[in-house]
Amino acid sequence: MGLDVAVRAAGPIPLDAAFRVEEGELMALVGHSGSGKTTLLRTIAGLWRPTSARVRVAGEVWLDTGRGIDLPPHRRHAGVVFQSYALFPHMSAAANVMAAMDRGLPDRRAEAERLLGLVGLSGLADRRPAELSGGQQQRVALARALARRPRVLLLDEPFSAVDRATRESLHAGILALRAHLAMPVVLVTHDMNEAQLLADRMAVIEKGRILRDGSTAEVMADPEALRALGVREIAAMLSARVVGHGDDGLTELETAAGPMVLPRIDAAPGTRIRLRIMAHDVILARGRPEGLSAQNILPGRVAAIVPGAGPGAIVHLRVGTEELLARVTRRAVEQLALAPGAPVHAVIKAMSVARDHIARPRPAG
Amino acid sequence: MALTLSLELAAWTVAILLPVSVFAGRWLAYGRFRGKGAVEALVMLPLVLPPTVFGFYLLLAFGRTSPVGAVWQQAFGHQLVFTFEGLVVASVIFNLPFAIQPAQRGFEAVAAELREAAATCGMSPLRSLWQVELPLAWPGILTAMVLTFAHTLGEFGIVLMVGGSIPGETRTIAIAIYDRVQAFDMAGAGVMSATLVAISLVTILTTFLLSRRIGRRLS
Repeated sequence: MGLDVAVRAAGPIPLDAAFRVEEGELMALVGHSGSGKTTLLRTIAGLWRPTSARVRVAGEVWLDTGRGIDLPPHRRHAGVVFQSYALFPHMSAAANVMAAMDRGLPDRRAEAERLLGLVGLSGLADRRPAELSGGQQQRVALARALARRPRVLLLDEPFSAVDRATRESLHAGILALRAHLAMPVVLVTHDMNEAQLLADRMAVIEKGRILRDGSTAEVMADPEALRALGVREIAAMLSARVVGHGDDGLTELETAAGPMVLPRIDAAPGTRIRLRIMAHDVILARGRPEGLSAQNILPGRVAAIVPGAGPGAIVHLRVGTEELLARVTRRAVEQLALAPGAPVHAVIKAMSVARDHIARPRPAG
Repeated sequence: MALTLSLELAAWTVAILLPVSVFAGRWLAYGRFRGKGAVEALVMLPLVLPPTVFGFYLLLAFGRTSPVGAVWQQAFGHQLVFTFEGLVVASVIFNLPFAIQPAQRGFEAVAAELREAAATCGMSPLRSLWQVELPLAWPGILTAMVLTFAHTLGEFGIVLMVGGSIPGETRTIAIAIYDRVQAFDMAGAGVMSATLVAISLVTILTTFLLSRRIGRRLS
């Protein structure tokens, strides 16, 4: 079961990649433009045929060049959200969604309205794409992809064409939808934040090759993957639960590493969220620092130190049951005599966690 | 009579070229094959060739001694040249560029991503043509048909070469006007010319209004 892909091609973009995505799992293909990630997605959908490839979805072979099997795209059950959404401009939102349904389906209009409701577009069913905002168009595209009853859902840079605020709300929309997505989901993105926030697993791809495939923590422990992503993208994901909101505009959180405060997060107490903590935002201290403006001081131990090629080093910290990453100078590592097992405090400014680095399901309404 | 004949000829030409323009236009717009440029050039040929030259070769090709003419004679018991059927065949061939080119541009205006989206939505190529491509490419196809219609009404050289001027069979309005002028019947020629101008104007105006109205509904 799940999605099984193996691709080899000489051009136009050389590809040599294989990966697997389980049912209900969201995997991000991360890489710079021209790395071949979109070509991999198009291979799954049947829009591109590499020299040698195998695509198997839920036990069904869609493509096997060795055995001469190649289902045309309209006979593969793949839901695709294109980068430009590719909505049919002459059809209403509901008609766009219905266009992807099997024609034998009863009550297609009602089903279209249910799907539009699911993506938060109730009441806009009769609008044409030109009458919808970019974010709304993306949601129609998502509803249309789901209307196909896809065995695999493919998202090709679906957040790149909207502004930052809209992107944040679309991220929340995807997270809220996760419970309804029982099929393998592949997200193609060049945005590491997006991959970390939304995906269960990511594959870092460069020049058509997968450098590393795994959880955020696994990818962040891989020097080759980090080199491809760039040191500014090094970050850890921290799970948290909203405890309450203070009168001063701060939100109290509970994490496995201890209590934290962050600028107000729109989520009810009890909501589970995930935070992306950038490695270059984390300060390390041997003793518990006093007289500091920073609001979050989390005690932990050094798990590993990975020196970089330049003057920096990545310190992996164990805080409670979670891992944090700190990018500090090698000089600081020497001065603090940091070594695996050494107790340290991780200092995180409340204001350093950007709004769009917080993964939370869309608030009700 | 000459007018009805012209309208009939134009209607037949449009009826035959409509499916041709859709399929050939789509094929040339989306197909990637060797010799595409040569095919496009060949389709354009009637546009640059003088109608009399083109008509001369068709006359040779349709003649009783030619293979095409012989087959026609066998099948229908009369020859192809100097008949209405011959005119229709000549008109269809001569109008290929007017019918195919605008349709091709119409199909080219449909973004590749939309066709890919149609396929991933589970639409077969035929359903994609009907539900996505035609509703978006129709201005090009409509232009093609209007051009073909108007152009057939006014065609002179090729009709004269292939059809001659047989009343009720091949004497179209354009030929009739010429005949009137030759007979110094300026009034008769004037009436016919004015009718032709009126029909052409109405055709173009209707198309224009229709496409504006549907265009408004789409955007």
